Amino acid sequence: MNRYNAFRLIREGLTGQKGWEPAWRSPAEPRPSYDAVVIGGGGHGLATAYYLAKEHGMTNIAVIEKGWIGSGNAGRNTTIIRSNYLYDESAAIYNHALDLWKGLGRELNFNIMMSHRGVLNLAHDEGEARQLKRRVEANRLNGVDAEWLEPDEVKKFCPPINMAPSIRYPVIGATLQRSGGTNRHDAVVWGYARAASGLGVDIIEQCEVTEILTEKGTVTGVQTTRGAINTPKVACVTAAHTSVMANMVGLRLPVESHPLQALVSEPVKPVMPCVCMSNAVHVYMSQSDKGELVIGAGIDPYLSYTQRGSMDIIEHQMASLKELFPFVSRLRLMRQWGGTVDVCPDASPIISKTPVDGFYVNGGWGTGGWKATPGSGHVFADLVARDEPNAIAAPFTIDRFVSGALVAEHGAAAVAH
Amino acid sequence: MFVIKCPNCGERDLSEFSYGGEAHISRPEWRDEMSDTEWAEFVFMRTNPKGVFAERWNHAAGCRRWFNMLRNTATDDILAVYGMGEEPPEVTANLPATPSGEAAIGSGNDEAKVIDAGDAADGGGGA
Ligand SMILES: Cc1cc2nc3c(=O)[nH]c(=O)nc-3n(C[C@H](O)[C@H](O)[C@H](O)COP(=O)(O)OP(=O)(O)OC[C@H]3O[C@@H](n4cnc5c(N)ncnc54)[C@H](O)[C@@H]3O)c2cc1C
Ligand SMILES: [Zn+2]
Repeated sequence: MNRYNAFRLIREGLTGQKGWEPAWRSPAEPRPSYDAVVIGGGGHGLATAYYLAKEHGMTNIAVIEKGWIGSGNAGRNTTIIRSNYLYDESAAIYNHALDLWKGLGRELNFNIMMSHRGVLNLAHDEGEARQLKRRVEANRLNGVDAEWLEPDEVKKFCPPINMAPSIRYPVIGATLQRSGGTNRHDAVVWGYARAASGLGVDIIEQCEVTEILTEKGTVTGVQTTRGAINTPKVACVTAAHTSVMANMVGLRLPVESHPLQALVSEPVKPVMPCVCMSNAVHVYMSQSDKGELVIGAGIDPYLSYTQRGSMDIIEHQMASLKELFPFVSRLRLMRQWGGTVDVCPDASPIISKTPVDGFYVNGGWGTGGWKATPGSGHVFADLVARDEPNAIAAPFTIDRFVSGALVAEHGAAAVAH
Repeated sequence: MFVIKCPNCGERDLSEFSYGGEAHISRPEWRDEMSDTEWAEFVFMRTNPKGVFAERWNHAAGCRRWFNMLRNTATDDILAVYGMGEEPPEVTANLPATPSGEAAIGSGNDEAKVIDAGDAADGGGGA
């Protein structure tokens, strides 16, 4: 892997940009066997492969992706990053991810446009304020940076917000995580792919896994649209299709796949200095470096794999947004799209071994898995390599739905992303 | 966005309905003897298929009655509407050619779409 740096940029600029090589190798066909196969070339799958190669020396591995890498939720999300979850188990994994995000651009030698611009979670009534303050305290005990802002401090931190007491759901305060923010989703996907490929990982696109091959309850390989591959370890990181894949080995999961939509406005000059989200009126907004306001809300209620949702969800969130940020009313929206998110009943992920030896599942991240990408890949690689979960991954087994040891973040940690 | 044909009120906008999730999951009657695994199956485990799915809907802003529906979750095609307590009828659906594949219509994921020759000849969508 040739490193990217200012010197190369200048040299290529002077020599007709002819010396760049593809960021990652694209082998024409998968090899007949690998030490491990990662299914799914989203952020989590690529991160898993990268850490398997880098930290566990497993370089004879492949990432198998049915479309293009990043064509799933990795390329469709709104990149909000934070770690201010209520419970210890969640704080551990999301904060682990946040720590890794901080050095990731440098580590991957790829500009992931990480911006720690701060994330506000608004409170609109006394009950919500009390709950958010409790979360701030819990966060602090877990070493997560968190503070409570009074209304004047909210206005100072986020000047375009409407603090009028006369609006339907007035803002009475907010939590702030200063280390939260956004980054560039494609850059993360490409950066992980390039770094993994540089370590020897094969990235096979346009290849779908259609069957998990097992013998006596143990994985022996996968069948794909481009032939069979022998492998003793299959790491399944397919987000929307988590249940579909689990079904191939007869495993039932508590996951449901819902549409989740987002939209962007036409680009404008910098107006929005932070990420601002409201649980109660269900909308959030940030501004990309291109100037587009990036807007989203919650899932569509029904299950669907179509990667598109319904208009009423958009109408709802735009009405809320207009009241919180009146200046948006005259902006045009440029694009709207949907992804399919794999939701667990306790709004926490599954990072787990399964009853089938050699078949590992990482999924159920729902509406908020982007922020966890490096942490998820890091602990999942560890699980796949050692066949034992480490302390961060251990609470997220499938068994928790039987034992009852749920990590119930649904009400606790601000549903939205 | 889709329009649902309520068995009582006729065609109405999706936004009038509220969702009841997977259909035909009934509370086990022999609950005293149930193991934790069996409870987990009833409370948490779901089929979540990509393809034909039986689900419950309530016409919340209309007659406020529940009904069942068969919908193809790969395309959002509505295949049948039937009453609570009834068995799902036989239907045919436009299914993806592979388990995680995309059906020829109704999916936003052009990267992984299977377009068969028939569609192409009709001038139907292309990736
Ligand atoms: C609109 C939207 C907004 C979001 N906003 C945020 C946010 O602000 N913050 C946040 O933290 N999270 C957010 N999320 C959630 C986040 O995007 C996901 O939790 C996360 O990206 C999922 O992990 P992934 O990147 O690996 O998934 P994906 O990118 O979906 O990767 C899964 C991959 O598996 C592939 N695949 C599936 N089946 C097969 C098969 N059989 N064979 C081979 N490949 C297969 C798919 O093609 C796909 O590329 C958002 C999601 C959406 C849709
Ligand atoms: Zn009705």
